Amino acid sequence: MVASRDTSGGRVPIPTNPALLRRVLTGFVANEVRKVGVERVVVGLSGGVDSAVSAMLAAAALGPTNVLAIKMPYRTSSPESLEHADAVIAVAGIESLQVDITPQIDAYFARFPDADNMRRGNKMARERMTILYDHSARWRALVLGTSNKTELLLGYGTLYGDMASALNPIGDLYKTQVWALARAIGVPPEIVDKEPSADLWSGQTDEAELGFGYREVDALLYLMVDLRYSRAELLAARFAAPFVERVSGMVRGSQFKRRLPVIAKVSARTIDRDFRYARDWGR
Amino acid sequence: MEFVVAVAQVNPRLGDVEFNLDLYEERVRAARARGADLVVFPELSLSGYFLKDMVSTVALRIDAPEIARLRTLSRGGAIVAGFVEETADYRFFNSAAYLEDGEIRYVHRKAYLPTYGLFDEGRYFARGDRIRSFATQRGQSAMLICEDFWHPSAVYLVALDHALLVICPSSSPLRGVSDDREQDDNARYWELLIRMYAQTYALFVVYANRAGFEDGVGFWGGSEIVDPTGARLAKAKYYEEDMIVAPVNLKAARRQRLAAPLLRDEDLDLTIHELVRIRDRQGAGGDDAGK
Repeated sequence: MVASRDTSGGRVPIPTNPALLRRVLTGFVANEVRKVGVERVVVGLSGGVDSAVSAMLAAAALGPTNVLAIKMPYRTSSPESLEHADAVIAVAGIESLQVDITPQIDAYFARFPDADNMRRGNKMARERMTILYDHSARWRALVLGTSNKTELLLGYGTLYGDMASALNPIGDLYKTQVWALARAIGVPPEIVDKEPSADLWSGQTDEAELGFGYREVDALLYLMVDLRYSRAELLAARFAAPFVERVSGMVRGSQFKRRLPVIAKVSARTIDRDFRYARDWGR
Repeated sequence: MEFVVAVAQVNPRLGDVEFNLDLYEERVRAARARGADLVVFPELSLSGYFLKDMVSTVALRIDAPEIARLRTLSRGGAIVAGFVEETADYRFFNSAAYLEDGEIRYVHRKAYLPTYGLFDEGRYFARGDRIRSFATQRGQSAMLICEDFWHPSAVYLVALDHALLVICPSSSPLRGVSDDREQDDNARYWELLIRMYAQTYALFVVYANRAGFEDGVGFWGGSEIVDPTGARLAKAKYYEEDMIVAPVNLKAARRQRLAAPLLRDEDLDLTIHELVRIRDRQGAGGDDAGK
Protein backbone atom coordinates (compact mmCIF):
# COMPACT_ATOMS: atom_id res chain seq x y z
CA MET A 1 0.00 0.00 0.00
CA VAL A 2 1.09 3.52 -0.69
CA ALA A 3 -0.14 6.48 1.26
CA SER A 4 -2.93 7.57 -1.03
CA ARG A 5 -3.37 10.99 -2.53
CA ASP A 6 -6.53 12.94 -2.04
CA THR A 7 -9.09 11.45 -4.38
CA SER A 8 -12.16 13.12 -2.97
CA GLY A 9 -13.34 13.85 -6.48
CA GLY A 10 -12.09 16.44 -8.89
CA ARG A 11 -8.79 16.74 -10.63
CA VAL A 12 -5.52 15.88 -8.98
CA PRO A 13 -2.32 17.28 -10.44
CA ILE A 14 0.20 14.74 -11.72
CA PRO A 15 3.12 14.69 -9.32
CA THR A 16 6.56 15.30 -10.76
CA ASN A 17 9.59 15.14 -8.62
CA PRO A 18 12.49 15.54 -11.06
CA ALA A 19 15.22 15.05 -8.45
CA LEU A 20 13.75 11.74 -7.29
CA LEU A 21 12.91 10.59 -10.83
CA ARG A 22 16.42 11.32 -12.01
CA ARG A 23 17.92 9.35 -9.14
CA VAL A 24 15.63 6.37 -9.57
CA LEU A 25 15.83 6.26 -13.37
CA THR A 26 19.61 6.55 -13.58
CA GLY A 27 19.80 3.78 -10.96
CA PHE A 28 17.46 1.71 -13.10
CA VAL A 29 19.57 2.13 -16.25
CA ALA A 30 22.88 1.40 -14.52
CA ASN A 31 21.50 -1.63 -12.71
CA GLU A 32 19.49 -3.23 -15.52
CA VAL A 33 22.22 -2.70 -18.14
CA ARG A 34 25.17 -3.94 -16.10
CA LYS A 35 23.45 -7.04 -14.78
CA VAL A 36 23.21 -8.26 -18.38
CA GLY A 37 26.99 -8.05 -18.54
CA VAL A 38 27.28 -5.02 -20.82
CA GLU A 39 28.13 -1.38 -20.18
CA ARG A 40 26.50 0.36 -23.11
CA VAL A 41 23.23 1.38 -24.74
CA VAL A 42 22.21 2.56 -28.20
CA VAL A 43 19.33 4.98 -28.58
CA GLY A 44 17.57 6.42 -31.59
CA LEU A 45 17.67 10.20 -31.28
CA SER A 46 14.79 11.88 -33.08
CA GLY A 47 15.33 15.44 -31.94
CA GLY A 48 12.29 15.17 -29.66
CA VAL A 49 12.08 15.42 -25.90
CA ASP A 50 11.48 11.72 -25.12
CA SER A 51 14.62 10.37 -26.76
CA ALA A 52 16.58 13.35 -25.42
CA VAL A 53 15.56 12.47 -21.85
CA SER A 54 16.30 8.75 -22.29
CA ALA A 55 19.71 9.48 -23.77
CA MET A 56 20.66 11.98 -21.09
CA LEU A 57 19.56 9.68 -18.28
CA ALA A 58 21.68 6.92 -19.82
CA ALA A 59 24.65 9.25 -20.13
CA ALA A 60 24.34 10.12 -16.45
CA ALA A 61 23.96 6.45 -15.50
CA LEU A 62 26.64 4.84 -17.66
CA GLY A 63 28.93 7.68 -18.68
CA PRO A 64 28.57 9.55 -21.98
CA THR A 65 31.05 7.36 -23.87
CA ASN A 66 28.83 4.35 -23.18
CA VAL A 67 25.85 5.84 -24.99
CA LEU A 68 25.58 5.73 -28.77
CA ALA A 69 22.92 8.02 -30.27
CA ILE A 70 21.84 7.12 -33.78
CA LYS A 71 20.15 9.75 -35.91
CA MET A 72 18.06 8.15 -38.63
CA PRO A 73 16.52 10.85 -40.82
CA TYR A 74 14.35 10.28 -43.87
CA ARG A 75 14.44 12.77 -46.75
CA THR A 76 11.22 14.45 -45.53
CA SER A 77 12.39 14.74 -41.91
CA SER A 78 12.60 18.27 -40.68
CA PRO A 79 16.16 19.71 -40.64
CA GLU A 80 15.32 21.17 -37.24
CA SER A 81 14.99 17.62 -35.86
CA LEU A 82 18.60 16.88 -36.81
CA GLU A 83 19.75 20.16 -35.27
CA HIS A 84 17.96 19.29 -32.06
CA ALA A 85 19.42 15.78 -32.00
CA ASP A 86 22.89 17.32 -32.48
CA ALA A 87 22.21 19.71 -29.60
CA VAL A 88 21.46 16.75 -27.31
CA ILE A 89 24.61 14.94 -28.49
CA ALA A 90 26.65 18.04 -27.73
CA VAL A 91 25.11 18.71 -24.32
CA ALA A 92 25.33 15.07 -23.20
CA GLY A 93 28.74 14.44 -24.76
CA ILE A 94 27.60 11.08 -26.11
CA GLU A 95 28.79 9.10 -29.14
CA SER A 96 26.78 9.49 -32.32
CA LEU A 97 26.16 8.11 -35.74
CA GLN A 98 23.89 9.11 -38.62
CA VAL A 99 22.16 6.60 -40.85
CA ASP A 100 19.93 8.03 -43.57
CA ILE A 101 17.02 5.62 -44.05
CA THR A 102 15.83 7.17 -47.33
CA PRO A 103 17.38 4.59 -49.72
CA GLN A 104 15.90 1.56 -47.99
CA ILE A 105 12.47 3.16 -47.48
CA ASP A 106 12.23 4.47 -51.04
CA ALA A 107 13.45 1.18 -52.52
CA TYR A 108 10.67 -0.64 -50.70
CA PHE A 109 7.83 1.76 -51.49
CA ALA A 110 8.85 1.90 -55.17
CA ARG A 111 7.07 -1.47 -55.28
CA PHE A 112 4.05 -0.23 -53.27
CA PRO A 113 3.63 3.38 -54.38
CA ASP A 114 0.03 3.67 -53.17
CA ALA A 115 1.00 3.19 -49.49
CA ASP A 116 -0.53 5.83 -47.23
CA ASN A 117 1.23 7.92 -44.58
CA MET A 118 0.49 5.46 -41.82
CA ARG A 119 2.10 2.54 -43.66
CA ARG A 120 5.08 4.68 -44.56
CA GLY A 121 5.45 5.97 -41.02
CA ASN A 122 5.25 2.48 -39.52
CA LYS A 123 7.77 1.17 -42.03
CA MET A 124 10.20 3.95 -41.13
CA ALA A 125 9.80 3.23 -37.42
CA ARG A 126 10.54 -0.47 -38.05
CA GLU A 127 13.56 0.25 -40.26
CA ARG A 128 14.95 2.41 -37.48
CA MET A 129 14.38 -0.44 -35.03
CA THR A 130 16.42 -2.87 -37.18
CA ILE A 131 19.25 -0.35 -37.35
CA LEU A 132 19.28 0.13 -33.58
CA TYR A 133 19.33 -3.64 -32.96
CA ASP A 134 22.07 -4.14 -35.55
CA HIS A 135 24.27 -1.56 -33.85
CA SER A 136 23.44 -2.94 -30.43
CA ALA A 137 25.04 -6.21 -31.58
CA ARG A 138 28.00 -4.44 -33.16
CA TRP A 139 28.60 -2.31 -30.09
CA ARG A 140 27.72 -4.87 -27.37
CA ALA A 141 24.94 -2.65 -26.13
CA LEU A 142 21.25 -2.75 -25.24
CA VAL A 143 18.60 -0.79 -27.12
CA LEU A 144 17.22 1.96 -24.92
CA GLY A 145 13.50 2.69 -25.17
CA THR A 146 12.02 6.15 -25.59
CA SER A 147 8.24 5.58 -25.35
CA ASN A 148 6.46 7.47 -22.59
CA LYS A 149 3.46 6.29 -20.61
CA THR A 150 1.01 8.52 -22.48
CA GLU A 151 1.83 7.05 -25.89
CA LEU A 152 2.10 3.52 -24.53
CA LEU A 153 -1.38 3.81 -23.02
CA LEU A 154 -2.90 5.39 -26.12
CA GLY A 155 -1.14 2.95 -28.45
CA TYR A 156 0.39 5.95 -30.22
CA GLY A 157 3.48 4.12 -31.39
CA THR A 158 4.57 1.46 -33.86
CA LEU A 159 4.54 -2.11 -32.60
CA TYR A 160 8.03 -3.60 -33.11
CA GLY A 161 9.10 -0.14 -34.26
CA ASP A 162 9.70 2.68 -31.82
CA MET A 163 7.98 0.57 -29.13
CA ALA A 164 10.76 -2.05 -29.31
CA SER A 165 13.61 -1.84 -26.81
CA ALA A 166 15.49 -3.82 -24.17
CA LEU A 167 14.81 -1.35 -21.40
CA ASN A 168 12.85 1.85 -21.14
CA PRO A 169 13.52 4.39 -18.39
CA ILE A 170 10.57 6.68 -19.24
CA GLY A 171 7.77 4.18 -19.92
CA ASP A 172 6.09 4.97 -16.58
CA LEU A 173 6.23 8.75 -17.06
CA TYR A 174 3.43 10.73 -18.64
CA LYS A 175 4.46 13.28 -21.27
CA THR A 176 3.85 16.03 -18.72
CA GLN A 177 6.36 14.38 -16.39
CA VAL A 178 8.87 13.89 -19.21
CA TRP A 179 8.73 17.64 -19.88
CA ALA A 180 9.38 18.46 -16.23
CA LEU A 181 12.24 15.97 -16.01
CA ALA A 182 13.70 17.24 -19.29
CA ARG A 183 13.91 20.78 -17.96
CA ALA A 184 15.52 19.61 -14.73
CA ILE A 185 18.24 17.50 -16.36
CA GLY A 186 19.28 20.12 -18.89
CA VAL A 187 17.65 19.08 -22.15
CA PRO A 188 17.99 22.18 -24.37
CA PRO A 189 14.85 24.33 -23.88
CA GLU A 190 14.06 24.57 -27.60
CA ILE A 191 13.50 20.80 -27.54
CA VAL A 192 11.30 20.85 -24.45
CA ASP A 193 9.22 23.77 -25.63
CA LYS A 194 8.54 22.72 -29.23
CA GLU A 195 5.38 21.05 -30.43
CA PRO A 196 5.72 17.24 -30.13
CA SER A 197 5.93 15.44 -33.47
CA ALA A 198 6.75 11.97 -34.69
CA ASP A 199 8.17 13.78 -37.75
CA LEU A 200 7.07 10.95 -40.01
CA TRP A 201 5.81 13.35 -42.63
CA SER A 202 6.13 17.06 -43.15
CA GLY A 203 4.09 19.21 -40.79
CA GLN A 204 2.91 16.29 -38.64
CA THR A 205 2.23 17.09 -34.99
CA ASP A 206 1.15 14.60 -32.35
CA GLU A 207 -1.58 16.81 -30.93
CA ALA A 208 -3.13 17.54 -34.34
CA GLU A 209 -3.09 13.85 -35.20
CA LEU A 210 -4.49 12.74 -31.85
CA GLY A 211 -7.04 15.52 -31.72
CA PHE A 212 -6.24 16.54 -28.14
CA GLY A 213 -3.37 18.00 -26.14
CA TYR A 214 -0.95 16.01 -24.00
CA ARG A 215 -1.66 18.03 -20.87
CA GLU A 216 -5.38 17.39 -21.13
CA VAL A 217 -5.05 13.68 -21.89
CA ASP A 218 -2.39 13.21 -19.20
CA ALA A 219 -4.69 14.79 -16.64
CA LEU A 220 -7.38 12.31 -17.68
CA LEU A 221 -5.13 9.24 -17.91
CA TYR A 222 -3.60 9.93 -14.51
CA LEU A 223 -7.03 9.85 -12.85
CA MET A 224 -8.26 6.93 -14.98
CA VAL A 225 -5.21 4.68 -14.73
CA ASP A 226 -3.20 5.66 -11.67
CA LEU A 227 -6.05 6.69 -9.38
CA ARG A 228 -8.66 4.35 -10.90
CA TYR A 229 -11.43 6.93 -11.16
CA SER A 230 -14.73 5.55 -12.39
CA ARG A 231 -16.44 7.05 -15.44
CA ALA A 232 -18.81 8.96 -13.16
CA GLU A 233 -15.90 10.39 -11.18
CA LEU A 234 -14.16 11.46 -14.39
CA LEU A 235 -17.28 13.29 -15.53
CA ALA A 236 -17.56 14.93 -12.12
CA ALA A 237 -13.98 16.10 -12.60
CA ARG A 238 -15.25 17.99 -15.67
CA PHE A 239 -13.91 15.81 -18.45
CA ALA A 240 -16.28 15.75 -21.43
CA ALA A 241 -18.02 12.41 -21.95
CA PRO A 242 -16.92 12.01 -25.60
CA PHE A 243 -13.30 12.68 -24.59
CA VAL A 244 -13.50 10.07 -21.81
CA GLU A 245 -15.04 7.53 -24.23
CA ARG A 246 -12.48 8.20 -26.93
CA VAL A 247 -9.47 7.88 -24.62
CA SER A 248 -10.85 4.78 -22.84
CA GLY A 249 -11.41 3.24 -26.26
CA MET A 250 -7.84 3.98 -27.33
CA VAL A 251 -6.40 2.41 -24.17
CA ARG A 252 -8.56 -0.69 -24.56
CA GLY A 253 -8.01 -0.93 -28.31
CA SER A 254 -4.24 -0.82 -28.03
CA GLN A 255 -3.87 -3.41 -25.27
CA PHE A 256 -2.44 -5.87 -27.81
CA LYS A 257 0.51 -3.56 -28.36
CA ARG A 258 1.49 -3.84 -24.72
CA ARG A 259 1.49 -7.64 -24.66
CA LEU A 260 3.45 -10.49 -26.21
CA PRO A 261 1.71 -12.19 -29.16
CA VAL A 262 -1.13 -14.43 -28.04
CA ILE A 263 -0.04 -18.06 -27.89
CA ALA A 264 -2.39 -21.01 -28.38
CA LYS A 265 -2.19 -23.12 -25.25
CA VAL A 266 -1.74 -26.86 -25.76
CA SER A 267 0.87 -27.90 -23.16
CA ALA A 268 0.77 -27.91 -19.37
CA ARG A 269 3.23 -25.03 -19.25
CA THR A 270 2.75 -22.28 -21.78
CA ILE A 271 5.18 -19.40 -22.03
CA ASP A 272 4.10 -16.47 -19.87
CA ARG A 273 0.87 -18.11 -18.75
CA ASP A 274 2.08 -20.91 -16.52
CA PHE A 275 5.77 -20.75 -17.39
CA ARG A 276 6.55 -17.60 -15.48
CA TYR A 277 9.98 -16.18 -14.92
CA ALA A 278 11.32 -12.71 -14.46
CA ARG A 279 13.24 -11.27 -17.36
CA ASP A 280 16.11 -10.82 -14.89
CA TRP A 281 16.23 -14.58 -14.31
CA GLY A 282 19.66 -15.39 -12.84
CA ARG A 283 20.85 -11.80 -13.10
CA MET B 1 21.85 -6.23 27.18
CA GLU B 2 24.08 -4.28 24.84
CA PHE B 3 25.26 -5.45 21.44
CA VAL B 4 25.95 -4.10 17.97
CA VAL B 5 23.49 -4.56 15.13
CA ALA B 6 24.34 -4.28 11.44
CA VAL B 7 21.98 -4.25 8.48
CA ALA B 8 23.41 -5.42 5.16
CA GLN B 9 21.35 -3.57 2.56
CA VAL B 10 22.26 -5.75 -0.41
CA ASN B 11 21.27 -6.18 -4.04
CA PRO B 12 21.16 -9.97 -4.52
CA ARG B 13 21.21 -11.73 -7.88
CA LEU B 14 17.81 -13.13 -8.81
CA GLY B 15 17.76 -16.92 -8.64
CA ASP B 16 21.51 -17.35 -7.92
CA VAL B 17 21.82 -18.73 -4.37
CA GLU B 18 25.52 -19.51 -4.71
CA PHE B 19 26.32 -15.93 -5.70
CA ASN B 20 24.18 -14.57 -2.88
CA LEU B 21 25.81 -16.85 -0.29
CA ASP B 22 29.18 -15.39 -1.28
CA LEU B 23 27.62 -11.94 -0.91
CA TYR B 24 26.41 -12.88 2.59
CA GLU B 25 29.89 -14.06 3.60
CA GLU B 26 31.52 -10.93 2.32
CA ARG B 27 29.02 -8.64 4.07
CA VAL B 28 29.18 -10.55 7.35
CA ARG B 29 32.97 -10.19 7.35
CA ALA B 30 32.61 -6.46 6.65
CA ALA B 31 30.02 -6.07 9.43
CA ARG B 32 32.16 -8.00 11.92
CA ALA B 33 35.08 -5.75 11.08
CA ARG B 34 32.88 -2.87 12.18
CA GLY B 35 32.11 -4.58 15.49
CA ALA B 36 28.70 -6.03 14.65
CA ASP B 37 27.33 -8.97 16.69
CA LEU B 38 24.04 -9.37 14.82
CA VAL B 39 23.95 -8.96 11.02
CA VAL B 40 20.51 -8.70 9.42
CA PHE B 41 19.83 -9.36 5.72
CA PRO B 42 16.68 -8.46 3.76
CA GLU B 43 13.72 -10.66 2.86
CA LEU B 44 14.55 -13.41 0.33
CA SER B 45 18.02 -11.98 -0.12
CA LEU B 46 19.51 -15.46 -0.60
CA SER B 47 17.39 -15.89 -3.72
CA GLY B 48 16.07 -12.53 -4.92
CA TYR B 49 12.46 -11.45 -4.68
CA PHE B 50 10.43 -11.75 -7.92
CA LEU B 51 11.08 -15.48 -8.19
CA LYS B 52 7.84 -16.65 -9.78
CA ASP B 53 8.41 -20.21 -11.05
CA MET B 54 11.94 -20.21 -9.61
CA VAL B 55 10.56 -20.57 -6.08
CA SER B 56 10.89 -24.35 -6.14
CA THR B 57 14.35 -24.33 -7.71
CA VAL B 58 15.96 -21.96 -5.19
CA ALA B 59 14.19 -23.47 -2.16
CA LEU B 60 16.33 -24.83 0.69
CA ARG B 61 15.53 -27.49 3.26
CA ILE B 62 16.54 -26.45 6.74
CA ASP B 63 19.22 -29.20 6.63
CA ALA B 64 20.61 -28.03 3.27
CA PRO B 65 24.37 -27.47 2.92
CA GLU B 66 23.69 -23.81 2.13
CA ILE B 67 22.01 -23.39 5.52
CA ALA B 68 24.96 -25.22 7.11
CA ARG B 69 27.22 -22.58 5.54
CA LEU B 70 25.12 -19.87 7.16
CA ARG B 71 25.30 -21.65 10.51
CA THR B 72 29.08 -21.69 10.26
CA LEU B 73 29.03 -18.04 9.31
CA SER B 74 27.01 -17.23 12.44
CA ARG B 75 29.65 -18.58 14.83
CA GLY B 76 30.68 -15.94 17.32
CA GLY B 77 27.64 -13.81 16.51
CA ALA B 78 24.21 -13.93 14.91
CA ILE B 79 22.74 -13.59 11.42
CA VAL B 80 19.24 -13.11 10.09
CA ALA B 81 18.88 -14.63 6.61
CA GLY B 82 15.97 -14.45 4.18
CA PHE B 83 15.34 -17.51 1.98
CA VAL B 84 12.78 -19.82 0.41
CA GLU B 85 12.22 -22.68 2.84
CA GLU B 86 11.03 -26.06 1.60
CA THR B 87 9.43 -28.41 4.10
CA ALA B 88 9.44 -32.21 4.19
CA ASP B 89 5.91 -32.19 2.76
CA TYR B 90 6.99 -29.94 -0.13
CA ARG B 91 5.50 -26.68 0.90
CA PHE B 92 7.43 -23.47 0.22
CA PHE B 93 7.63 -20.60 2.67
CA ASN B 94 9.01 -17.10 2.50
CA SER B 95 11.15 -17.52 5.63
CA ALA B 96 13.68 -15.73 7.79
CA ALA B 97 16.12 -17.66 9.99
CA TYR B 98 17.83 -16.33 13.09
CA LEU B 99 21.16 -18.15 13.36
CA GLU B 100 23.31 -17.72 16.42
CA ASP B 101 26.66 -19.26 17.28
CA GLY B 102 26.28 -22.01 14.72
CA GLU B 103 22.69 -22.91 15.67
CA ILE B 104 19.29 -22.06 14.23
CA ARG B 105 17.45 -20.22 17.00
CA TYR B 106 14.22 -19.63 15.16
CA VAL B 107 12.63 -19.65 11.72
CA HIS B 108 9.76 -17.29 11.00
CA ARG B 109 7.52 -18.06 8.03
CA LYS B 110 5.85 -15.02 6.51
CA ALA B 111 2.20 -15.07 7.51
CA TYR B 112 0.84 -12.24 5.38
CA LEU B 113 1.64 -12.88 1.74
CA PRO B 114 0.84 -9.84 -0.40
CA THR B 115 -1.11 -10.88 -3.49
CA TYR B 116 -2.29 -7.67 -5.06
CA GLY B 117 -0.86 -4.93 -7.25
CA LEU B 118 2.65 -5.96 -8.26
CA PHE B 119 2.76 -8.75 -5.64
CA ASP B 120 2.04 -12.40 -6.31
CA GLU B 121 3.25 -14.21 -3.19
CA GLY B 122 0.03 -16.06 -2.48
CA ARG B 123 0.42 -17.85 -5.78
CA TYR B 124 3.82 -19.27 -4.92
CA PHE B 125 4.15 -19.52 -1.14
CA ALA B 126 2.39 -21.32 1.69
CA ARG B 127 1.27 -19.09 4.53
CA GLY B 128 3.05 -19.13 7.87
CA ASP B 129 0.80 -19.81 10.87
CA ARG B 130 2.86 -18.51 13.79
CA ILE B 131 3.75 -15.07 15.05
CA ARG B 132 6.01 -15.41 18.07
CA SER B 133 8.99 -14.01 19.86
CA PHE B 134 11.99 -16.19 20.72
CA ALA B 135 14.91 -16.15 23.11
CA THR B 136 18.41 -15.33 21.90
CA GLN B 137 21.69 -14.65 23.65
CA ARG B 138 20.99 -11.05 22.74
CA GLY B 139 17.58 -10.80 24.33
CA GLN B 140 14.00 -11.65 23.45
CA SER B 141 13.47 -11.01 19.76
CA ALA B 142 10.92 -11.46 17.00
CA MET B 143 10.99 -11.47 13.21
CA LEU B 144 8.22 -10.15 10.97
CA ILE B 145 8.77 -10.25 7.24
CA CYS B 146 7.80 -7.17 5.22
CA GLU B 147 3.99 -7.34 4.80
CA ASP B 148 3.64 -8.97 8.25
CA PHE B 149 4.75 -5.64 9.66
CA TRP B 150 1.90 -3.81 7.94
CA HIS B 151 -0.56 -5.74 10.07
CA PRO B 152 -0.78 -4.00 13.44
CA SER B 153 -1.99 -7.26 14.98
CA ALA B 154 1.33 -8.95 14.11
CA VAL B 155 3.43 -6.34 15.87
CA TYR B 156 0.94 -6.29 18.74
CA LEU B 157 1.35 -10.04 19.19
CA VAL B 158 5.14 -10.05 19.31
CA ALA B 159 5.15 -7.05 21.62
CA LEU B 160 2.83 -8.89 24.03
CA ASP B 161 4.99 -11.97 23.56
CA HIS B 162 7.83 -10.02 25.23
CA ALA B 163 9.92 -9.08 22.21
CA LEU B 164 12.25 -6.18 22.91
CA LEU B 165 13.73 -6.27 19.44
CA VAL B 166 11.63 -6.67 16.28
CA ILE B 167 13.59 -7.53 13.16
CA CYS B 168 11.88 -6.83 9.86
CA PRO B 169 13.59 -8.22 6.76
CA SER B 170 11.94 -6.62 3.74
CA SER B 171 11.99 -6.38 -0.06
CA SER B 172 9.96 -3.25 -0.39
CA PRO B 173 9.59 -1.72 -3.86
CA LEU B 174 9.75 1.98 -4.44
CA ARG B 175 6.54 3.38 -5.83
CA GLY B 176 4.57 6.57 -5.75
CA VAL B 177 6.23 9.88 -6.46
CA SER B 178 5.10 13.10 -4.83
CA ASP B 179 6.16 16.67 -5.38
CA ASP B 180 6.67 17.45 -1.74
CA ARG B 181 8.66 14.40 -0.66
CA GLU B 182 12.29 13.64 -1.23
CA GLN B 183 11.64 9.89 -1.28
CA ASP B 184 8.92 7.76 -2.79
CA ASP B 185 5.58 7.45 -1.00
CA ASN B 186 6.23 3.88 0.07
CA ALA B 187 9.46 4.81 1.87
CA ARG B 188 7.67 7.55 3.78
CA TYR B 189 4.86 5.25 4.83
CA TRP B 190 7.27 2.59 6.10
CA GLU B 191 9.19 5.12 8.13
CA LEU B 192 5.99 6.31 9.73
CA LEU B 193 5.03 2.73 10.65
CA ILE B 194 8.43 1.82 12.04
CA ARG B 195 8.57 4.85 14.25
CA MET B 196 5.01 4.42 15.41
CA TYR B 197 5.46 0.78 16.43
CA ALA B 198 8.84 1.39 18.08
CA GLN B 199 7.46 4.18 20.19
CA THR B 200 4.02 2.73 20.91
CA TYR B 201 5.29 -0.67 21.98
CA ALA B 202 8.59 0.66 23.37
CA LEU B 203 10.85 -1.72 21.52
CA PHE B 204 13.69 -1.67 19.01
CA VAL B 205 12.93 -2.09 15.33
CA VAL B 206 15.61 -3.26 12.93
CA TYR B 207 14.34 -2.73 9.40
CA ALA B 208 16.42 -4.40 6.66
CA ASN B 209 15.34 -3.48 3.17
CA ARG B 210 17.13 -4.26 -0.05
CA ALA B 211 18.40 -2.19 -2.96
CA GLY B 212 18.71 -2.76 -6.71
CA PHE B 213 16.15 -3.54 -9.42
CA GLU B 214 14.35 -6.66 -10.60
CA ASP B 215 12.59 -6.37 -13.96
CA GLY B 216 12.48 -2.63 -13.59
CA VAL B 217 11.06 -2.66 -10.06
CA GLY B 218 13.42 -0.82 -7.73
CA PHE B 219 13.80 -1.41 -4.01
CA TRP B 220 14.10 1.76 -1.96
CA GLY B 221 16.70 0.70 0.61
CA GLY B 222 16.57 3.12 3.54
CA SER B 223 17.11 0.40 6.17
CA GLU B 224 17.10 1.67 9.72
CA ILE B 225 17.55 0.88 13.38
CA VAL B 226 15.04 2.69 15.57
CA ASP B 227 14.99 2.79 19.37
CA PRO B 228 11.99 2.69 21.77
CA THR B 229 11.68 6.45 21.77
CA GLY B 230 11.25 6.40 18.01
CA ALA B 231 14.73 7.86 17.45
CA ARG B 232 16.84 6.60 14.58
CA LEU B 233 20.12 5.06 15.67
CA ALA B 234 21.22 4.46 12.09
CA LYS B 235 19.80 5.07 8.63
CA ALA B 236 20.99 3.54 5.36
CA LYS B 237 21.09 5.28 2.00
CA TYR B 238 18.00 5.27 -0.14
CA TYR B 239 17.99 3.37 -3.46
CA GLU B 240 21.50 1.87 -3.27
CA GLU B 241 23.48 -0.77 -1.44
CA ASP B 242 24.75 0.17 1.98
CA MET B 243 25.53 -1.11 5.45
CA ILE B 244 24.53 0.46 8.75
CA VAL B 245 25.85 -0.40 12.20
CA ALA B 246 24.60 0.77 15.60
CA PRO B 247 24.94 -0.30 19.22
CA VAL B 248 21.66 -1.39 20.78
CA ASN B 249 20.98 -1.48 24.49
CA LEU B 250 17.71 -3.27 25.17
CA LYS B 251 17.48 -1.57 28.56
CA ALA B 252 16.42 1.56 26.71
CA ALA B 253 12.98 -0.04 26.55
CA ARG B 254 12.73 0.18 30.34
CA ARG B 255 12.66 3.98 30.49
CA GLN B 256 10.08 4.17 27.75
CA ARG B 257 7.89 1.51 29.36
CA LEU B 258 8.11 3.29 32.71
CA ALA B 259 7.03 6.53 31.11
CA ALA B 260 4.12 4.93 29.25
CA PRO B 261 3.24 1.39 30.42
CA LEU B 262 0.95 0.66 27.51
CA LEU B 263 1.86 -3.00 27.17
CA ARG B 264 1.43 -3.58 30.91
CA ASP B 265 -2.04 -2.15 30.72
CA GLU B 266 -3.17 -4.10 27.69
CA ASP B 267 -6.40 -5.90 28.56
CA LEU B 268 -6.01 -9.27 26.88
CA ASP B 269 -9.40 -10.59 27.97
CA LEU B 270 -11.14 -7.53 26.63
CA THR B 271 -9.31 -7.86 23.31
CA ILE B 272 -9.90 -11.60 23.02
CA HIS B 273 -13.56 -11.21 23.93
CA GLU B 274 -14.10 -8.58 21.27
CA LEU B 275 -12.08 -10.48 18.67
CA VAL B 276 -14.16 -13.61 19.26
CA ARG B 277 -17.36 -11.59 19.00
CA ILE B 278 -16.22 -9.97 15.74
CA ARG B 279 -15.06 -13.28 14.27
CA ASP B 280 -18.28 -15.09 15.21
CA ARG B 281 -20.47 -12.36 13.83
CA GLN B 282 -18.57 -12.39 10.54
CA GLY B 283 -18.76 -16.18 10.46
CA ALA B 284 -22.50 -16.10 11.11
CA GLY B 285 -23.17 -14.56 7.73
CA GLY B 286 -22.51 -10.89 7.67
CA ASP B 287 -21.05 -8.02 9.51
CA ASP B 288 -23.74 -5.92 11.13
CA ALA B 289 -21.29 -3.34 12.40
CA GLY B 290 -22.95 -0.27 13.75
CA LYS B 291 -25.94 -2.03 15.28
